[in-house]
Amino acid sequence: MLPTSRTFEANARAGLANPILQRALALMQSGFPERRRLAVGRLPEFEALREIGKSIKNHTLEHLDFYLELFEGKVLASGGQVHWARTPDEARAAVLQICRSVDAKIVTKGKPMIAEEVGLNECLEENGITPVETDLGEYIIQLRHEPPSHLIAPAIHLMKEQVAATFRADHRALDPERSLAEARQLCDEARAVLRPRFLAADVGITGANFLVAETGSSIIVTNEGNGDLTQTLPRVHIVITSLEKLVPTLEDAATLLRLLARSATGQEFSSYTTVSTGPRRPGDRDGPEQYHVVLLDNGRSTLLGGEFQEMLRCIRCSACMNHCPVYAAVGGHAYGWVYSGPMGAVLTPSLIGIADARHLPNASTFCGQCENVCPVKIPLPKMMRHWREREFSQKLNPPMYRAGLSLWVWVAKRPALYHALVGLASRALGRLGRGRGRFRTLPLASGWTVVRDLPAPEGRSFHSLWVQRRKGETRK
Amino acid sequence: MSGEAREEILARIRRSLTRGRLSAARETELRELVAAHRRNLIPARAAALDDPDRVSLFVAMAEEVQTTVARVNSPAAVPEAVARYLAAENLPANLVLAPDPSLDDLPWGARPLLRIRRGRAEERDAVSLTPCFGAIAETGTLMLISGAGTPTALNFLPDTHIVLVYADQVVATYEDGWDRLRAAGAMPRTINLITGPSRTGDIEQRIELGAHGPRRLHIVLVDDRQKAGDGEDK
Repeated sequence: MLPTSRTFEANARAGLANPILQRALALMQSGFPERRRLAVGRLPEFEALREIGKSIKNHTLEHLDFYLELFEGKVLASGGQVHWARTPDEARAAVLQICRSVDAKIVTKGKPMIAEEVGLNECLEENGITPVETDLGEYIIQLRHEPPSHLIAPAIHLMKEQVAATFRADHRALDPERSLAEARQLCDEARAVLRPRFLAADVGITGANFLVAETGSSIIVTNEGNGDLTQTLPRVHIVITSLEKLVPTLEDAATLLRLLARSATGQEFSSYTTVSTGPRRPGDRDGPEQYHVVLLDNGRSTLLGGEFQEMLRCIRCSACMNHCPVYAAVGGHAYGWVYSGPMGAVLTPSLIGIADARHLPNASTFCGQCENVCPVKIPLPKMMRHWREREFSQKLNPPMYRAGLSLWVWVAKRPALYHALVGLASRALGRLGRGRGRFRTLPLASGWTVVRDLPAPEGRSFHSLWVQRRKGETRK
Repeated sequence: MSGEAREEILARIRRSLTRGRLSAARETELRELVAAHRRNLIPARAAALDDPDRVSLFVAMAEEVQTTVARVNSPAAVPEAVARYLAAENLPANLVLAPDPSLDDLPWGARPLLRIRRGRAEERDAVSLTPCFGAIAETGTLMLISGAGTPTALNFLPDTHIVLVYADQVVATYEDGWDRLRAAGAMPRTINLITGPSRTGDIEQRIELGAHGPRRLHIVLVDDRQKAGDGEDK
């Protein structure tokens, strides 16, 4: 998938002008955050668990080489295989080679985000293999040839009418007069269409929410059961995942699982949490004959030890985007690649480069809600600021912006001049705006006033009030 | 390719962390830490409860996510409870039973109208019945493991999944479940933690049951510690 993050501003404008998207986003805002709040309220230990979740991930990242080797050893011991991939190319090649070795025609997929990151579907199709997305939302967007717009609800940008139209266009063998007015009917139709494909698939590909070093297991968390049919019925199960999904023990996984569903959907626990270890055992009557783990790096190893290491704690719950006013206004597609919302604004520049993704860390009001709800306490606003610093030091912002910022820096470094100018401006604006208390338009500030009013200053700066009060206090 | 990639990825990680491979002593320490299976903070919700309350919490949490529960007094009452459930739900009396020896001794013959097949799940199976490995009170979660007698697809292919749970299988937390598993020996291929029937919210965030897995999840809970008369179906 080619990123369109470069055109974030245009993407965002299109999102704001899309009435269907706006209806869908309004629905989201009234759903996820409230359900999370209720679930968190029912677990008094939730805040303490966040701190522990953070330290589990930190400990693992500090010893990532050790835990990766431990994990690999356990996978091999249980009869599975591990394929290390430095780049998306290597990850695709590993999956393709496994598929070819069993002459695969149909591959079912259980919503692995890493497969989106490496563009796996295009690669399989080019090689005559049919990938079938099985998560309902992911299936809908596959039919529409769209990327996911949300981490856990990939079709959240659509309303049921769009889904019905998509099904009618694709499921041609079904009665054209059938009713598809209700979500129930759409779910039933997808279930009926996908069931034979589950049974026909040669290979099933899932992601992993966690990898457990202690046992060499991969864990997936789903609600639909599609991931389980995907990994149980075909002869081969491939887990395509990335380095930072590792945790040391099942106990650590349990702690993070207590955080995950509550943060994501506000459920106490998702319907299906599945721990997979190796291929089927002697005597087993079903389950895959082969178990492969494709471990993608794609630049993650270089984030360790630096200012973005903490991003590798992310457990992909989507709480940050569910609570983000920018995401809620423009939707996930505006971000232009696989990951959206605050986590995407930090992760995407790491994976595709700040030159292509420089708008994303700027698409924030810095309200801090993302950090407040993050189950592993990732300081997302701070990291967006780090990206903005890099953007500036690499001279990626437009010349006018840089000139303006340089001018501001020059003034700010000269306190006397700064206070004089601020005093002048606030007095002038305060006097001009006294009648209405706000400005509808203002020269040079149309970027602000075109979408909202600027409150008129009180006439005095905070600094001058502060100085006056201090003087008053010393007099006492 | 993978071998070269492996070495490079590990080298990059160590470079980023500005250190070499961990010392043998540190690695031993970490291995011991892993082997200790140290528990993190355990929520009090289930851990603080005694036996009967733990089972009640399990049932309450399971019912909250649309699992249905029927309590019986003894294993002998299971076939009747199953037949009654199928009739009440208007489901056919065809059942695929996990080929697990633990289900052999139940008096299926007492309900001759139940047509029973033993084996793994096939495409046309509408109803399955399986044992479980444990049940977790904390969130009303069933813990099923794969094995010769318990093929995994039985938990996912049929429209209706019935699970037999004995009251003494109900533990407080996931961690208690892991301990049971370790005590039982090797890791199975699959551990399924199941909390309610299959569901999706992918269309307009409306929760619909039965996305790809079972539309109905029904538990027959054998609680022989209950006083007689107390054990009627809920």
